[in-house]
Amino acid sequence: MLVKELASLNAPSGFEDEVRDFIRNHANCDEIYTDTMGNLICHKKGNGKKVMVAAHMDEVGLIITEITEQGFLKFATLGGIETAVLVSKRVLIGKDKLCGIIGTKAVHLQKPEEINSPAKIKDLYIDIGAKDKESAEKLVSLGDFAVFDGEYTPFGDNLIKSKALDDRVGCAILLELMKEEYDSDIYFTFTVQEELGCRGALVAAGNINPDIALVIEGTTCSDVYGSEPHTQVTNLGKGAVMTAVDGAAISDKGYYDFIMNTAKENGIKLQIKKTTMGGTDAGVIQRSGCGVKTAVLAVPCRYIHSPVSVMHNEDAESVYLLSKAVLKNIERSNLV
Amino acid sequence: MTASEYLKILDGEFGVSGSEGKVAQCVKKLFSEFCDEITTDNLGNVIGIKKGTNPSSPSLMIEAHMDELGLMVSGITDEGSLKFVSIGGFDAKILPGTEVTVWGEEKLFGVIGFMPPHLIADRTKAVKLDELCVDIGFSKEITEKKVSVGDIITFNTGFTQLDSTMVASRCIDDRGGLAAVLRTLELLCGKNIENDIIAVATVQEEVGLRGAKTAAAHIKPSCAIALDVCHGTSLDVSEEAFPCGKGPVISIGPNLHSKMTRRIIDLAKCNNIDFQIEVCQSNTGTDAWEIQVSGAGVPTALLSVPVRYMHGNFEVADTLDMESAAKLISEFAVSLKEGDCLCW
Repeated sequence: MLVKELASLNAPSGFEDEVRDFIRNHANCDEIYTDTMGNLICHKKGNGKKVMVAAHMDEVGLIITEITEQGFLKFATLGGIETAVLVSKRVLIGKDKLCGIIGTKAVHLQKPEEINSPAKIKDLYIDIGAKDKESAEKLVSLGDFAVFDGEYTPFGDNLIKSKALDDRVGCAILLELMKEEYDSDIYFTFTVQEELGCRGALVAAGNINPDIALVIEGTTCSDVYGSEPHTQVTNLGKGAVMTAVDGAAISDKGYYDFIMNTAKENGIKLQIKKTTMGGTDAGVIQRSGCGVKTAVLAVPCRYIHSPVSVMHNEDAESVYLLSKAVLKNIERSNLV
Repeated sequence: MTASEYLKILDGEFGVSGSEGKVAQCVKKLFSEFCDEITTDNLGNVIGIKKGTNPSSPSLMIEAHMDELGLMVSGITDEGSLKFVSIGGFDAKILPGTEVTVWGEEKLFGVIGFMPPHLIADRTKAVKLDELCVDIGFSKEITEKKVSVGDIITFNTGFTQLDSTMVASRCIDDRGGLAAVLRTLELLCGKNIENDIIAVATVQEEVGLRGAKTAAAHIKPSCAIALDVCHGTSLDVSEEAFPCGKGPVISIGPNLHSKMTRRIIDLAKCNNIDFQIEVCQSNTGTDAWEIQVSGAGVPTALLSVPVRYMHGNFEVADTLDMESAAKLISEFAVSLKEGDCLCW
């Protein structure tokens, strides 16, 4: 799987170019096209049902909103980033991957109330070492994007640490699934702007008009010190995650049972997401056109939306194997 | 080499207070290029002596500390994660999402994790050190075989070139000072210097100026210059701070020898070397505080490099300030002659 290659690309919401170009060069399908939003659709033709399989290309990031007189960069977030993970980190700005440091006031200079208060996004800024505004403007323009500097690093017991695992692991699984042959007519769809509210998938689903859809995601996992088991949402190493209910969609019951049975028949580890919060592209795909049966399979990611998100290789493998089994058998199901 | 190149090399080695072995080895190698004799004292201070031509000429100690902040394992949780305490003082807010190395039975990669927002009870409070842990990706059983309480944890953040001569590193405090010491030695190399120059990389500054105390007692120099860092100005810091790139900061106050400091300022003016002045009414919080009262007392001066975001994952400074500090100290060393009186 090309998780390393994909996670190393810099492509926050609205700036998905690097990932789109990479996938275009690695896709194994009959036709490839983009739509007006920038979604990349890889069509693998079949005579059966029209299936949309989606993963989003974008990652959370930053956008430069102001260059100060002293040459520092103010920014806003692209997607949901916990402010706490931005403090005192290195970021890479724009296509040229210019290094910048998100500064933090020296602890010696902080007043007691500052030390005890969490960082606020409006107080943070990026330091690129520019002497003044003029020097900074030679290197950076308003509207440039920035992403975490979070290199892909294998560690621990078959784990991976990287930025952007949400949802490059999904993109990698789709590229892998594309190598197989299926009876169905499959649209492997790489969406844009999921992190801004699933805006790409909305348009893609409208254009494709599928009979049924499967969304592949990276999802929250908080099986860490200090959390009760029922609040952990998912667990690393316990297999593919299926969503019953989240904030954006309730999975079709028949489809849900079909996936559950497919996992059992094939001996693939499957866990059910233990929350009703959050949302994925499934929400907008389900309600597109006259409605589409959807399901979500996801890889659990600890510390998601940070430079150090962590996943288990076996979980990614489980999502791949289960998705493949579902796509191979969907034609024989009575779902549509 | 430039100060920037020295800093990059020094940044590549770890040396948490009390565990300076790796960076000390690196310093010894760098000192050996310029020094006639290199020793390590009982606390681990690295001392390099460059012999002068006249044994009666006053000796000059030039020092910077080589230790850095870090963490120490204090326990292993049921999940296999590591609880930790800090070595040296810093702000826990920099830790969530930071990559670290755990120096256990083997070198282990880890990340300092954080709770997702929906599980944080009080969002109005900053995260505390004891709420965090290091995730090394193993079960408790395996972790216990690989890691012990007392193992050191270091930060993985590396040297970063920024615009022009600006750089970022996790420990410009005080590898930046050490880079200036090395540049000074390089500038003095080949010059016929009368006096002994004793370059020292001290240990355990961050936990209370401990190395400098024994180093000065051991060396008994005629005079000493401490090189450290001070706060640099940035977007939200303008008080108690100095701009980067406007030269090293020379401290004035009771902690420093006024006659020696005056001479350094005059030399800076004479040689058109940029400098800034900081007034310290008492303790400078640097090794100079201990060196001054060591043995029978040592005339001591302090030069500092302005550093932004001190004790953060990344500190930012202008390497030109290190270059200027080295130029100035080398001018002072050259000016120091037999019979020079630094007494009152």
